Amino acid sequence: MIRHDYSRVDPKRRANLDYKKRQFANPEFKQQDYEHRLNFYTLPPTAEITLEDFETWAINRLKVLSELEACSFRNRSPEETAEYMTSILNKYLPLRSNSARSQNLQEERKRDHYSHFILRLAFSATEDLRRRFSRLETMLFRLRYKEDDIRERREFVNSLHLEWEEVSEEEKRQWSTELAAASGSKRNDDQDWFKVDWERVPELVEQRRVLLKMGKAYVPQREQMSLVVAEYTKRLDDALELTARALPRLDEDDRLAPILAHLSQSFTTPDAAYSSSDASIDGLSAPTANSIDVLSKHFPLCMQNLHMNLRANSHLKHFGRLQYTLFLKGIGLSLEECILFWRRSFKLITDEKFTKEYKYNIRHSYGDVGGDANRRGRGYTPYSCQKLLTEPVPSGGQNHGCPYRTFKEDNLIALLQKTGVSDRDLLKTVREDVGKKRYHVACNRVFEHSHKREIKKVKDDGTWSAADLDTIVHPNTFFKRSWLLKHLGEGNAGVVNGEKMEE
Amino acid sequence: MPHSITPESTPQEESQDSVTVKAEPETQTQDFDMPDAPAEADKAKVNLEDLFNDEDSDNEFSSSAPQIKAEQPPSSPPVPVAISSKSGYSDPEVMRAFYQRLFPFRYLFQWLNHSPSPTNDFAHREFAFTLPNDAYLRYQSFPTADVLRKQCVQMLPSRFEIGPVYSTNPRDRKTLRKASAFRPLTKELVFDIDMTDYDDIRTCCTGASICHKCWAFITMAIKVVDVALRDDYGFKHILWVYSGRRGAHAWVCDKRAREMDDTKRRAIAGYLELLKGGDQSGKKVNVRRPLHPHLERSLNILKEHFQTSILHEQDPWSEEKAAHLLQLLPDQTLRSELEKKWAASPSRPSARKWTDVDELAKAGSLSASTTTKSLLEAKQDIVLEYTYPRLDAEVSKKLNHLLKSPFVVHPGTGRVCVPIDTRKVEEFDPLDVPTVTELLAEVDEWEGGEEDEGKKLADWEKTRLKPYVELFREFVAGLLKDEKAGVKREREEGEDAMEF
Repeated sequence: MIRHDYSRVDPKRRANLDYKKRQFANPEFKQQDYEHRLNFYTLPPTAEITLEDFETWAINRLKVLSELEACSFRNRSPEETAEYMTSILNKYLPLRSNSARSQNLQEERKRDHYSHFILRLAFSATEDLRRRFSRLETMLFRLRYKEDDIRERREFVNSLHLEWEEVSEEEKRQWSTELAAASGSKRNDDQDWFKVDWERVPELVEQRRVLLKMGKAYVPQREQMSLVVAEYTKRLDDALELTARALPRLDEDDRLAPILAHLSQSFTTPDAAYSSSDASIDGLSAPTANSIDVLSKHFPLCMQNLHMNLRANSHLKHFGRLQYTLFLKGIGLSLEECILFWRRSFKLITDEKFTKEYKYNIRHSYGDVGGDANRRGRGYTPYSCQKLLTEPVPSGGQNHGCPYRTFKEDNLIALLQKTGVSDRDLLKTVREDVGKKRYHVACNRVFEHSHKREIKKVKDDGTWSAADLDTIVHPNTFFKRSWLLKHLGEGNAGVVNGEKMEE
Repeated sequence: MPHSITPESTPQEESQDSVTVKAEPETQTQDFDMPDAPAEADKAKVNLEDLFNDEDSDNEFSSSAPQIKAEQPPSSPPVPVAISSKSGYSDPEVMRAFYQRLFPFRYLFQWLNHSPSPTNDFAHREFAFTLPNDAYLRYQSFPTADVLRKQCVQMLPSRFEIGPVYSTNPRDRKTLRKASAFRPLTKELVFDIDMTDYDDIRTCCTGASICHKCWAFITMAIKVVDVALRDDYGFKHILWVYSGRRGAHAWVCDKRAREMDDTKRRAIAGYLELLKGGDQSGKKVNVRRPLHPHLERSLNILKEHFQTSILHEQDPWSEEKAAHLLQLLPDQTLRSELEKKWAASPSRPSARKWTDVDELAKAGSLSASTTTKSLLEAKQDIVLEYTYPRLDAEVSKKLNHLLKSPFVVHPGTGRVCVPIDTRKVEEFDPLDVPTVTELLAEVDEWEGGEEDEGKKLADWEKTRLKPYVELFREFVAGLLKDEKAGVKREREEGEDAMEF
C-alpha cells in the first residue's frame, strides 16, 4: 500500500539484497506477524484493507493523539495523563500484551500498525504537521512503553538490536561516586550502566541525569526508556522526512487523497488557538494607546504584570515586549496605536533609539515587515496559555510568562493582592493549585471569583451558554470575557470609549 | 552607539585634550604617513609586496591573488592615514585602514573553511553586516577570503556577524523553487556570556561599564564552561573571544559540535544552565543532591572565587542588601537572629556576614527542622547563585543564530574582539585590549627591529594585535589538522566500503 522507494525498477528484476527489497520483490501481499506489543514501525504494511477500515482506523488513532495533546495543553502530569488515557486507549486503540492471550491480539496490532502508517502519510506534508505528529506519536509510544510488561519490554528492546556498550566492572568501580551522583541515587543499588554517545540521549543530558565523560554518556539501566524513546523519535523523524519527499509522487487515485487531506485538516486546529473573533468585542470600539491603562484592569495576571512592570521601569525586555505586543494586537490595538503605546511607555529612551531598536520588532509582530511578504501573513498569533506555560521560564530582569508558574508563591500572592484580589480563602486555594502546578486552574479560579456576580447573572438570565463560560485557556479570551462581563447591558460603545478613556 | 559615528562626539575623556590638538589631523597628515611608507620612491613596490605577503601571498589563493595584485594599488594608495588615537572608532578611514591592514581575513577564512582550498563550508556561510548607517544586511556570502575582504573595505561595516553554513548559497536563496531547499546545516556551537545577566549581583559597576572586579565573573564563567565542554563532551577546539565590551563568546569548532541539531544544542545549553527564574521567583538555584559531577566540579572551581571576587570585591550584602541573603537561607530562627545582629551593624562587610551564618548556626540558633547538612546545601546554592556562569542560553540553542565575528571592532569601545587564551585566562585584561585607533597608530609608529630586517612583516605583526592573531593562527592550525585527519579517515573508510 505505502511504499517508500518509488524509484525502483520492476520488482521482479531486483536482486534480493536487503529485507526491504525482499519484501517488495515478492508481490504477494503478506501478513506481518506481530511478535511484540510495541512497534517501531520500520516495515510498512503491505496487505490490502478496505477504504472504510482505512478511514476508521486512522480517525481512531487521531482521536487518541488529540486527547494526548489536550493532556499536554492542560499541563497534566505523566501519571494523570496515563490514568486519563487508559479508557480512551481501550476504546479507540486497544493494544494488549502477549500475556493477555487475546484472540484479537494480531488484529489489534495490525490496526495499530496500519493506522500509524496512514497518519504518517496524512501528516508528512508540512514541517509543522510532521513535528506535531512526531511529538504526539512519541508521547503515545512512551505511554505504552511505560505500562508494558517488563519481560515483554525487555524482549522488545533486545529485538531492536540497539548498539549499546555496557560499562565494564572496572569502569564502574573507577567512577562509582560520580555515577551515583549523576544518577541521583543514594549509591546503594548496584545497577547496570550503558555507555552511548551523548547525542543519543539529549533529554537526559539536558536534565543532568547522566554522567558525561569525553562525549560518552553513562546511562543507568532504568533510564533505558529515554534511550529507546529517543531512538524511536529519531527513526520516526527520518521516516517522516522520507515520506514527505515521496508524497508528491504518491500517484494515488482520488480515493485516498481526500481522506488524507481531511485527516490532516482536522488536526490543524489546536483547541487553545486564538480565534480572531476574540479581537472583535461587542461594545468595545478599537482601543487606542491611551486606553490601555484603563483597559488593563481587565487583563489577565500575566499581562497585568507586564503592564505594571512597564509602568514602573518604563521598559520591558524582549520576550515581555513580544508577549505583550501580541496580546495587545489580539485585543484589537492597531499597529499605529501600538507603536505609539510603546513609544510613550519607553519614556527614558530617545526617538532615535526607539526607532532603531524597538520599532522593527513591533512591526514584525504585526506582520508588517520581515521575511517573505507572501508567507508572513499577519504576523504571529497572540500567545495562548499553553504557550506561556511551556516556554522557558524568565531569567533575571525578564517578566514574561505566566506569573502563576514563574513567581514564587509568596510573591505571587503579593502580586494578586496588588491587583485587588484579597479574599483569604481564595488565595489559599490558589496557593494549593499552584503547588500542584495547576496554573490555569488557579487563574480561572481568580477570574471566577472576581466576576462572581456577573457570572451568576448571565447564568440566571441564560444569556450566556455554558460554552461561553468554559475554562479560559487564552489570555485574550480572559480579557474579552472580563470586559464583556463588566459591561453587561451597556450595548453602546461610546460610553466606555468616549470621554472616560481620554483622561 | 550614536556617539561613535561622528568624530565630534568621541568618548568623554578624550574630548578634553582634543581641544588642543583639534587642528592637528590636517597637519599631521603629511608627517604621519611617512614612517609607514619608508621612501617615496619605492613606496608602491613595498606596499604591493606587503599586501601580497600579508593576506594574499599563499598559493592557496593562487586564482584570486593576481587579481588583487592588479586591482589593489590604484584603489588603495599607501593610505595616507590621518589616524591618531583621537579619531573616532567608526570613522570611515579608521575602519577602512583596519580592514585593509589589520583584520586577519586569511585565518578567518581558514577557520571557517576547514580546508586550505575553498569549500562550501565557507562559500555557503552566512555573514551579516552592520553598515555605518546601522542598516543590517543579512545573507551575505563569499567564495573566498579576498572577496569578503573586498566587500568589507568597500562597505566598511561597523561589525559583522557569522551565521551557519546553509544547504545552498545564501545569496541564491530567493531563486530556489522550494523554500525548504534553503536550510542551515552546520554551525559552531556558540556561547554568549554577557555582564547584563549579572546586574543583580554586580555592585561595582552598572550597565555598559566594566572594571577588573566584575570581569572576574566572566573569568569564572570561562573556567567552568570550558572545562565542562572539554572533559564532559570531549570537545577540543574551543575558541574564547572577548566580545569587545563586557562579555565573552565561545566558539566550539569540533566537527561533532558543528553538526549538532537544535535538540542537541538545547541539551548542552540546559546541561550548563543552572540559574532559573526571574526577579520574582525567589531562590534561583535549586539542585538535587548529591550534586551532579559537573556541578560538584564547578563548585570546587568557584569556591575560591567566591571568597575573593564575591565576598571581598563585590561585597554583595552590604547594608539593606543583606535581605537577599536572608531570603536564601532556610531556617526561620536563624534568619531572625541574623537580621537582629546585622540591623545593629549594617556596615558589617559581607565576608563577616557570611561567617556569621555558620557561627550563629553553631551557637544554636538553628531550629530542629534544619540540619547542618541542609544549611550547608543552602550555602552551596548561594555560592552557585553568585558565581555560576549565566549564559545567554538562547544564543546557544539555535543552529541559525548569528554571533559577532572574532577580530571585529566593537563600535562603542573601539576595542578589537580578540581571542582569549584559556591557559592564561586569569591574566586577560579587557581594559588592556587594544583599540582600533591605538593599533593603527602603532602601525604608523613602527620602525622595525634589527631581527626583522629583510623580512616582510604584515601590519598586524607591528602592533599589539600580534599575540592575539598568533593565538588565533595556532588555534586554526590545530583545527585544520584534526579536520584533515578526519577527512582522510572518512575517505579510507569509504574506500573500504567500495571494495567488494
